[in-house]
Amino acid sequence: MIKLRDIRFKYASHFLFDGLNLTIERGDRVGLLGANGCGKTTLCHIIMGLLAPESGDVEIFGKKRTKESDFAEIRGKIGFLFQDSDDQLFCPTVIEDVAFGPLNMGQSPEEAKRTVTSTLKSLKLSGFEDRITYKLSGGEKRLVSLATVLAMKPDFLILDEPTSGLDEKTTQRLVEILKESNLGYMIISHDRDFIKLTVDKLIQMKDGQIQTADWNSLEM
Amino acid sequence: MQIEEFSSGDSWVHKLDPRVKIVVTLVFSVVVALNSHLEVVAISLILPFVLIICARLNFGKVMLRLAIVNGFILFLWLFLPFTTPGETIYSMGPLTIQREGLYQALLITLKSNSIILMVIALLSTSRIFTLVHAMSHLWVPDKLVHLFFFCFRYIHVIHEEYHRLVNAMKMRGFKPRTNMHTYRAYSYLVGMLLIRSFNRSKRVLHAMKCRGFKRKFYILHHYEMKRFDYALAGSSLAFSILLMVAR
Repeated sequence: MIKLRDIRFKYASHFLFDGLNLTIERGDRVGLLGANGCGKTTLCHIIMGLLAPESGDVEIFGKKRTKESDFAEIRGKIGFLFQDSDDQLFCPTVIEDVAFGPLNMGQSPEEAKRTVTSTLKSLKLSGFEDRITYKLSGGEKRLVSLATVLAMKPDFLILDEPTSGLDEKTTQRLVEILKESNLGYMIISHDRDFIKLTVDKLIQMKDGQIQTADWNSLEM
Repeated sequence: MQIEEFSSGDSWVHKLDPRVKIVVTLVFSVVVALNSHLEVVAISLILPFVLIICARLNFGKVMLRLAIVNGFILFLWLFLPFTTPGETIYSMGPLTIQREGLYQALLITLKSNSIILMVIALLSTSRIFTLVHAMSHLWVPDKLVHLFFFCFRYIHVIHEEYHRLVNAMKMRGFKPRTNMHTYRAYSYLVGMLLIRSFNRSKRVLHAMKCRGFKRKFYILHHYEMKRFDYALAGSSLAFSILLMVAR
């Protein structure tokens, strides 16, 4: 479903990726490991079309994606949860933020409101509609961010450090939400316990390459 | 930061159609600003006062906001009475107080307070996002509307970032003094805030693109004019016209 072939990406003067390959199938639940600054977030941005590689192919849903309009097609289908929820939540109220994606996808305001209600309900966030986004707690912000992504009914999720700054209880809720969903996803995380509970395939990024990682690399 | 402290009430003033609020405030402000009759400007204060009472706003907090504005006006009182040519009514040594100067200072004070009170009564009783929607309904250019909205949304985040940086400086024993070290530290602070804001704006745009943003904002709530809205629009505009023709 997501195929990266021979990706080269330059950061400052050196190549961050020099011939990177990655294949993810629909329904895969993948954990992506790697040291700080090795390019995990950059990789996600290339998949989403927010950064363009120097060379190499990005193929998503069986079609080569090069232009902005190619990527615009897939952005609702691949939900991307950002590291910092303050980047993701920009509307004053929760209802408006969660409705933003559905409205962009062409839903009418009434449809969008129904989508918001059902999405919030599925995340046990009913009653959050009129809360002010920047006054939510860190954990609430993360869950509402997830709601804004899920409201677009994606086929696949990419989660960038979803547990950073979360307490155990919220982390546990996130685990439950992910396990109960029938979505495939890729998670970037340094949280070993979280990764163990949520993914069934491990890969790691090393020297600008993707390699399979074994579960023992989680035990340190 | 308390920007929207007046917006969370449920009086009929709060519930008015934001489009009406914007139009009424605009017309009223222009009429008051252009009027040069002291009596008329004094009378104009009635409308915002009535609205503020109806909105049941905290009187102390309203006065606090007025105090900030009047802090600037204080400077006019320091200069205008002495510098405007006209009839001398009092002299102390080389300084003379002119009647025209006093009149001008008083006029400006009343005008500013009247307009600010109106803005507090009508605009600050709406949420910013409601006003933003209303602006786009009133054919304000999209770019201006977005600029206004993002300023509001991220001023809070940047303000927090500023406090984090300042606290981090204090933790390391920074005390502002009049020296190069202080100036340099402050310039780093401002520079860092600028860069961080710029980077954040890029990340926000990325996040919006990922959710299908195509340079157009869709509106979730549409407004409908109710009886109250027509009533307020009618009576306020009539009041403004009356002020305009009154001599």
